[in-house]
Amino acid sequence: MGEVKKIKNLKEFSTSADRFEGANLLCPGCAHSIIVREVLNATNDDLILASSTGCLEVCTAVYPYTSWDASWIHIGFENGSTAVAGAEAMYQALKKKGRLKQPDRSTKFVAFGGDGASYDIGFQWISGCMERGHDMMYIVLDNEVYANTGGQRSSATPIGASATTSPAGRKSYGEKKNKKDMVAIMAAHNIPYSAQVAPNKWKDMVKKIQHGLNVEGPVFINAMSPCTTEWKFDPKDTMMISDLATDSLVFPLYEIIDGHELNITYRPKHKVPVEEYLAAQGRFKHLFKAEYKHMIKEWQDRVDATWESLQRREEARV
Amino acid sequence: MAEQGWDEFEIGAMLRSFNGEAKDVALTLQEDRDYSSNNSFTASVADWRIKKPVFNKDYCIDCQFCWVYCPDISIISRDKKMIGIDMDHCKGCGICVEVCPTNPKSLLMYSEQTDEEQALAAWPSKDEGEK
Repeated sequence: MGEVKKIKNLKEFSTSADRFEGANLLCPGCAHSIIVREVLNATNDDLILASSTGCLEVCTAVYPYTSWDASWIHIGFENGSTAVAGAEAMYQALKKKGRLKQPDRSTKFVAFGGDGASYDIGFQWISGCMERGHDMMYIVLDNEVYANTGGQRSSATPIGASATTSPAGRKSYGEKKNKKDMVAIMAAHNIPYSAQVAPNKWKDMVKKIQHGLNVEGPVFINAMSPCTTEWKFDPKDTMMISDLATDSLVFPLYEIIDGHELNITYRPKHKVPVEEYLAAQGRFKHLFKAEYKHMIKEWQDRVDATWESLQRREEARV
Repeated sequence: MAEQGWDEFEIGAMLRSFNGEAKDVALTLQEDRDYSSNNSFTASVADWRIKKPVFNKDYCIDCQFCWVYCPDISIISRDKKMIGIDMDHCKGCGICVEVCPTNPKSLLMYSEQTDEEQALAAWPSKDEGEK
């Protein structure tokens, strides 16, 4: 196990040497690269990375360029998780046989996937990796839509959002089903660590990533990634939207240890009404029309209920 | 390499980020790395910009918010100080300006053609507004 990188404050963090490069083709203001940078800068260990097909993958590996300064592989849409799990299995086998070329170095295995690749297409593969207990971390860059292919709904798309395959109009308020609780599903595999993070809370993120990398066994991280193109807001507002999401508790930050011990890691000082979060994004614009206004109350009630249940679970420690 | 046609792509390509052996990349700053021509660091997306950020170091408090929230690794910070903007990789999203906490802001967006020295000379003064 390598030494944990010391990151006391943002100034100390800023001395990190980035292992993710610019001139990738992600949209201006994309939160994906903010998250990736925060993750990669959280450690000095050697990294074996994989990405599932998605925005991050197509934009950082545009032949003949790569934006990764660490070993990185892409195979298919569904198997970012198993690609890294395979590398990890080989690493463990070589270690056991004493055939590692650099046995004294500390190596970590991390897979990135979008919400489409994780909630839908790669779901079974991730579940397998978590169940088999590989020493790896899986990070979902959750932008709640298939942003790379033009904004189709995924099972992470929240209720009321207008996506290209669930458009809002005269007859419909958009997506009809609510987002599935992926962190709870993964925690139900009794993995040592699963957590939800957001790019605006960099300290919380770094703490969770460092904990996750140093824990033995599979780790699941769900990272909110505001999408300027599909959530329809101005590129400069990425952090403002992230702040609204965490402060309105639409995206609560918490961690689950060993599948049962839940800790809430961020409690907003000033709770923001969900309405403000919805109003800031074009994908929820139609909810402010008279016929769909009831959805805003539905949103607030649901977010409050989720927060209540998280708090109860934290108290109960079960 | 960059002039290859679409049908000349190598299938299952392996690209090397660095020339020769790369050791302890996580401890080597960008200026000390030997990037290969396959690394996107050697490319530029400067032509994506419509507006560019201009940095006024007189007001900067080195809080590093712009560094941590820059999606394009374009804020250059060395020894805990913000020293400039990497204009080859900045896409002009404007996040750095939004997260800048100083008053007046030490980063502001100007149109791409603006002369930097003129912008610095005409920097807005402290906003005594509603706060």
